[in-house]
Amino acid sequence: MSDILRFATAGSVDDGKSTLIGRLLYDSKSIFEDQYEAVERASAGNDYVNLALLTDGLRAEREQGITIDVAYRYFATPRRTFIIADTPGHIQYTRNMVTGASTADLAIVLVDARKGILEQSRRHAFLVSLLRVPHLVVAVNKMDLVDWSQEVFEEIHEEFTAFATKLEVPDLTIIPISALEGDNIVHRSTNMPWYDGPSLLHHLEHVHIASDRNLVDARFPVQYVIRPQSREFPDYRGYAGTIASGVFKPGDEVQVLPSGFTSRIASIDTADGPVAEAFAPMAVTIRLEDEIDISRGDMLCRPHNAPHATQDVDAMVCWMTDEPLRAGQKLAIKHTTRSARAMVKELQYRLDVNSLHRDVTVDALGLNDIGRVRLRTTVPLFADPYARNRTTGGFILIDEATNRTVGAGMVHPSE
Amino acid sequence: MTVPGSAHDYRLSQLQSLEAESIHIFREVVAELERPVLLFSGGKDSIVMLRLAEKAFWPARIPFPVMHVDTGLNFPEVLEFRDRRAQELGVQLLVASVPDAIERGTVREEPNGSRNRIQTPVLLEAVEKHRFTALFGGARRDEEKARAKERVFSFRDDFGQWDPKNQRPELWNLYNGRIHLGESIRVFPLSNWTELDIWSYIAAEQIDIPALYLAHEREVVERDGMLYAVNEFVVPREGETVTTERVRYRTMGDANLTAAVRSDADTLDKVVAEVATTRLTERGATRGDDRVSEAAMEDRKREGYF
Repeated sequence: MSDILRFATAGSVDDGKSTLIGRLLYDSKSIFEDQYEAVERASAGNDYVNLALLTDGLRAEREQGITIDVAYRYFATPRRTFIIADTPGHIQYTRNMVTGASTADLAIVLVDARKGILEQSRRHAFLVSLLRVPHLVVAVNKMDLVDWSQEVFEEIHEEFTAFATKLEVPDLTIIPISALEGDNIVHRSTNMPWYDGPSLLHHLEHVHIASDRNLVDARFPVQYVIRPQSREFPDYRGYAGTIASGVFKPGDEVQVLPSGFTSRIASIDTADGPVAEAFAPMAVTIRLEDEIDISRGDMLCRPHNAPHATQDVDAMVCWMTDEPLRAGQKLAIKHTTRSARAMVKELQYRLDVNSLHRDVTVDALGLNDIGRVRLRTTVPLFADPYARNRTTGGFILIDEATNRTVGAGMVHPSE
Repeated sequence: MTVPGSAHDYRLSQLQSLEAESIHIFREVVAELERPVLLFSGGKDSIVMLRLAEKAFWPARIPFPVMHVDTGLNFPEVLEFRDRRAQELGVQLLVASVPDAIERGTVREEPNGSRNRIQTPVLLEAVEKHRFTALFGGARRDEEKARAKERVFSFRDDFGQWDPKNQRPELWNLYNGRIHLGESIRVFPLSNWTELDIWSYIAAEQIDIPALYLAHEREVVERDGMLYAVNEFVVPREGETVTTERVRYRTMGDANLTAAVRSDADTLDKVVAEVATTRLTERGATRGDDRVSEAAMEDRKREGYF
């Protein structure tokens, strides 16, 4: 059965990220002839066909030679389908990386073999760890420019492994590559016989992701109530939603938040018929045995395994707009299917993403800053720590005047 | 689609997870935005959209109308299909007509024969008239490089304009549908689907499609390296020879500018196999109107095109 792997790419401006993606697409034969011909035409006069042009599509990007915003790319091999969140390494790196990494199963951080581990590489790896991307690949690129040196690779390998022990990265793989020449991207490199690990694509095809999901904590945020009021289904009342985590089965005892009432699952419906069990991320409709008042924003869980219901939320927030975040500010918050208003009670510290130092003296978070805040919400949220559950632990903050999404939050357990 | 069976590995297939994601998006819009409408042309993507909408709200009916911006240059077979499908599903079908707008003088015919560009003001006028706040579109990010940058929830100002440099960040599956009066959200539930996914899904679900998508004999002329079927909109020019070829369509645009491809794929399974091995994009292969410039799609999208 073919499945989907979502991955994000990170790296600073000239690490060759667009070239890597172009190479992956090209060597896996996922480029169409007409696209390739267009890129060939556009790179006339260069030594190489500029594969980076396959991904930089917007007018301004081509004019300035930069990537403006996260773009999503698709390719497939017989084993797997891939969705790439191509995040620019440019100025707005933090916000873009957080966006791309929020849904990723795996992240690739590019390192230039000539430059070694830079601050930027540490920052990217830290963001991957903060966003709880389960698998990290460090691609040591431009090996052609260091004469395919095993020594250079091993130094970088050692340094990065040592740094990674400070992070929460459950699975780390380090691969020497040349995106420009295509070494260890799809095919094993003959230039680096000393490397006996997988090529990048082989790793992407085989990395085990099925057990990354939380199948333990049953969480079902109610998204929409389905009441057909038709002759065929006069009394139907089903709670539609996407299972956030865990497994639900007909007959299971469930608790409804916030009311606290319990009932049993009468059936789990889909348009293709009822199912014997439903697990994340299936989109289903659940009917209960008892008539309980349930609406959008409520949550179904198991009676002895409920999320934390609280109006005081401690979280790491990535701030995504120019107007700074300050204590006292009021914002809209969206968490699972629940919308509320939130007030910033306290800004506890700003995290220096380079040194991981906590700066407790700041009174504001600027664009691309990450900091720890305490929020007070108008209604309780049913939240789990983000480390345990990326779906019930993540939220967005919205400016109520402009309606723009201005922050991304990850719930932390209170200290 | 078949229900996840041997559930003990708790995995969804590629199509099952795409379907689940799309259903989530449909429900999110209906829960949060007041007046959604689905853009339905009778083409393969919008046909899949309707099936997903049907599934998202089952056993209730699809809780919004569908709308077609009719250029007046559509294949008659596709219009028949459009009307029949809307009727079968019991959804209200609205038609915004480009020829009517030309007659009223609100838009002017372009000299190159493409009504692609003048569809946009007609669409925007209809949106304003019906006060729609959310428009479901079947666009996919794999179609075109400007679309690769598109959000699932794409904010449009009160002129319907897309600003690629000023998009709302989109994290996890939390979509921001907040708007002010006059603004709207374009919603793309098929963002993460590819052309092959669309066909695999149509085949797996046995969804009815216009017969033009399957290989059949047709009178064609070769023009600009592409095969155009002879019809009321494509009249052979001097020097062009009419031949009969076995062809099918990969996209359904206007009949005067949408080309066919040579093909023997006369069943859904054969179409899936063909699409899996093709080396040309669907638009590059068959859409005369996308050849205007490198950034043709981006420019149209900025103006309010899908």
